[in-house]
Amino acid sequence: MSFAAIFVPNFTFQAIARGEPELRIEPVAVIEGQPPTYRVAALNGLAEKLGVTVGMTKASVEQFPQVQIRNRSKTQEEMAHQALLDAAWSISSRVEDRARDTLLLDLSGLSRLFGGQEDIAHQILCRTSELGMDVHIAVSANAETARIVARALFGITVVPDGREGRFLESLPVAMLSPSPQLAEIFERWGVSTCKSLASLPVLALSERAGQEGVHLHALAGGKATRPLLIVQPTDCFEECLELEDAVDNLEPLSFLLGRLLQQVCVRISARGLAIGAIQVTFELQTAFESTVLFSPDAISATKSPRTFSCALQLPVPSQDSTLLLKLLRLRLQAKPPGAPVRKIHLLAEPGRSRATQSGLFVPASPDPQKLELTLARIAAVVGEGNVGSPHLLDTHRPDAFHMRKFFVPPATTPHGGPPSGAQTAFRVFRPALPLWVQLQKKVPARVAFQGMLGTVIHASGPWRSSGDWWENQPWQEDAWDVEIQFTSESRTVQGLYRVSFDLHFEQWWVRGVYD
Amino acid sequence: MHSKSAALRLYVESALAGRIASPFRPPPSQPPRAVPAGIPVLDEVTGGLPRGGLTEIYGPSCSGKTSFLQSALATRTASSEVCALIDAHDSFDPAGAESAGVALRQLLWIRCKNIDHAFRSVDVLLHGGGFGMVAMDLSDAPARLVRQIPLNIWFRLRRTVENTSTILLVLSQESNAKTCASLVLRLEKEAAAWSLKERSLPSPALHTPACLLDGWASTAEVIRSRARPKNLHFLNHSAIPESKDLVRFDLRMKEARSLFSEEERMTDPG
Repeated sequence: MSFAAIFVPNFTFQAIARGEPELRIEPVAVIEGQPPTYRVAALNGLAEKLGVTVGMTKASVEQFPQVQIRNRSKTQEEMAHQALLDAAWSISSRVEDRARDTLLLDLSGLSRLFGGQEDIAHQILCRTSELGMDVHIAVSANAETARIVARALFGITVVPDGREGRFLESLPVAMLSPSPQLAEIFERWGVSTCKSLASLPVLALSERAGQEGVHLHALAGGKATRPLLIVQPTDCFEECLELEDAVDNLEPLSFLLGRLLQQVCVRISARGLAIGAIQVTFELQTAFESTVLFSPDAISATKSPRTFSCALQLPVPSQDSTLLLKLLRLRLQAKPPGAPVRKIHLLAEPGRSRATQSGLFVPASPDPQKLELTLARIAAVVGEGNVGSPHLLDTHRPDAFHMRKFFVPPATTPHGGPPSGAQTAFRVFRPALPLWVQLQKKVPARVAFQGMLGTVIHASGPWRSSGDWWENQPWQEDAWDVEIQFTSESRTVQGLYRVSFDLHFEQWWVRGVYD
Repeated sequence: MHSKSAALRLYVESALAGRIASPFRPPPSQPPRAVPAGIPVLDEVTGGLPRGGLTEIYGPSCSGKTSFLQSALATRTASSEVCALIDAHDSFDPAGAESAGVALRQLLWIRCKNIDHAFRSVDVLLHGGGFGMVAMDLSDAPARLVRQIPLNIWFRLRRTVENTSTILLVLSQESNAKTCASLVLRLEKEAAAWSLKERSLPSPALHTPACLLDGWASTAEVIRSRARPKNLHFLNHSAIPESKDLVRFDLRMKEARSLFSEEERMTDPG
C-alpha cells in the first residue's frame, strides 16, 4: 500500500493567484480584517524579500509602492480547494480531505494505470499545475509520513518503503504540529528534531506527555498508522470571483469570464467529463439612487444584492472554454446585466463527453458545437425566437406551429428515395392581410387588398374548419382557394390565393399565396 | 523586376519538372457535382442542383419558386442531409412543407424581417458549414431592394460555398446574382387547373363548391448552367421560345387535403 500527500504551500496567496496568474511575478500581500485594522495574512516570496511581513498593517504595506495588495477571499479559497480535490479525484477515487491545503490519496492499484510511484507523483503535479497551483507531493507507504514530508520538502519526494524514520529524522518537531503546551515541554527537554523525539522511550514519554506524546512519538518514527477518511467525489463545479472594483463593460467582463471558464474546463476535463450546461450569476452593484431612498422597502432592497443570471444549455457537452466564452458573450451582448458587476458566480453542470463515429455513407452535417455558436450569432441578428426548427402543433388551426431549438439530428443513412413529383407550395402572409370581398351568390366575385382591386376568376370553397371552442380563443373560418386577376393599365396579372372568412369576427383575410 | 520574376518562375518550373507539368496554370475547372431537386423534368434539363455553387431561381409570384424550393428541401432531407432556410420575409409554410415530405427536424428555419438580416444570416451560416443545402428566400422582398445588393456580395457568397458540398439556393423575383450563379432558372406560371367535378358529399349547411384547385403548370427556362457546355442563349433567351432549355412541368395539389376535407365535412355536426 502506498499513499500520496498533496500540500499547497502559501494556500491563501495561491488561491488568489489562481484567478490572477500575473500576480505570481509580482510582490503581493494578502490582507484581511475589518477596516481600518487590515493586516497582512499572507504574502509571496517577492513581497517577503522587500521586507513585508505577516501581521503588518495595510498602511505599512502601502509604503511599498510596488507591492500589490489583495483582500483575502474565503470564496476563492474554497474554489481552489475544490479544484485541488478535482485534481486528486482525477488520479484516485480514495481521497482524504485532510485540510484546505492538504490532501491524502490512496494509490493502491494505480500502478497499472499510471506506472510507478514517481510517475503517479508527476501526474499529480501536472494536473495541479494545470489548475494553476504549485504543490509539494510526497509518496510513502505511511500516510502520515507522506503528509509530514509533503509539508516539509519541495517538489516530489518518494519515501522508500521501510525508511520513513530516516526521512523524518532531520525534520523539526514543529512539523508534527504539537499542541503549544507540548511544544513548550519539548523545547525545555531540548527535543528539537524528529530523530530526538523518536529516540525517547515510549513508556516514559507516555507518563509525561500523555497520549498526544505517544502519537507524536509514532509520527516521528514514521510508524503512525490510521485508515483514510474518504470523501466522495461530487459533481458540483463552480467558480466564483469577487471583484474589488465593479465592472460595467463587456470587454473586461468577458476577460474575467474567460478565466473562470478556463478553470472550470480544466477541472471538468481532469475528471473526464464535459460541460453540459452553465449558469452564470452576476451580483450587481446597487445603484446609488436606491441607497439614498429611505423607505423600508428600499432599505431591504439594498441589503439583498441584485443579481442577474444567464444560463447556457449545450446540445453536446463541451470542454472548449473558448466556445463557451463566445456563446456567453453573445448572450450578454443581447441581454446585458444592466448594472456594474461586482461578483461572478459560475456553476457548470457536467455531462459525458460525446464519443461518436460518423458512418462512411452518412452525409456530413454541421458540427454541433460550431453550430451552437453559429445559431447564437444568427439569433443575435434576427432574435432568439426566430431561429430553430418548426414543430407543428396538434391542431387544425391555420399556421399553428412553434419554434424549437435546432439540434443536429443523429446521423442516419439516407432513407429511401426522394419524394416523386412536384407538389404545390403555399406562402403564408404573416400577419394575414385584411381583404375586402364582394360576394356573388355567396361566392367571392371581386376582392381588394393592399390597394389592388381584382376579379375572382375561379373559387373553390368554402372549406370550413373550427376548433378550440372549449378554450378562451375559439376559431372558426371558411377558407377559399381563389384565382384572382388584377388588371392595371399596363398588364394583367393572375394569382392563386387562399382567402378566409373569420366567422367569429366576420372579417375576410388573405392567408397567403400559392407559389 | 520583370526579369527577376521570370527567372524565379523558370526556377520553380525546372525544380518541379517531372512531377508537376505546369505549376502556374490554374487547375482545369471541373463541372460541379449535382444532385436532383426532386422534379424529374427539371432535373433532366438542368442536370440537378450543383453542389458548391449558387443556384438562382427567379420568377413572378405563383410561378412555382416555392414549390421548387419545397421539392428540393424534401429531396435533400430525405437523403439525411441537414438543410437551412433563410426566410427573408417569414413566409414559409411548415405544415405544407411537411406534407410535401420535408423532414422538419432536419430543417433550420431562420425567420428574418428584412433582406439585411437574411444576408447577414446566410453569411454566418455558410461560414459555419456542414449544411447540405442553404436556401435564401427573397421572393417577397421588394425587387428594388434586392437589385441594390452589390455584386461583390454575391461573389462572396459564391466563394464561400465553393469547394464545399453545400448547395446555395436563392429565390427572388428577378435575376441578381448574374455570373456568380452556377445555375439560373426562370419560372413562369401558366394556366391553373381547376377540376369541375361535383362533390359527392355536399353539406347542406355550406355552399357546395363548384370546383377544386388541382394545381397549375409552370414553365422553367434554363438561363445559365455552368454544368452544361453551351449556354450562350442566355444572352437572348426570350428570342428562343422553343429552346430545349424550356420545359413545362405540372405542380399538383396534394390529394390528402381534399380527402381530409371530406372527412371534416362528414363529421361536421352542421
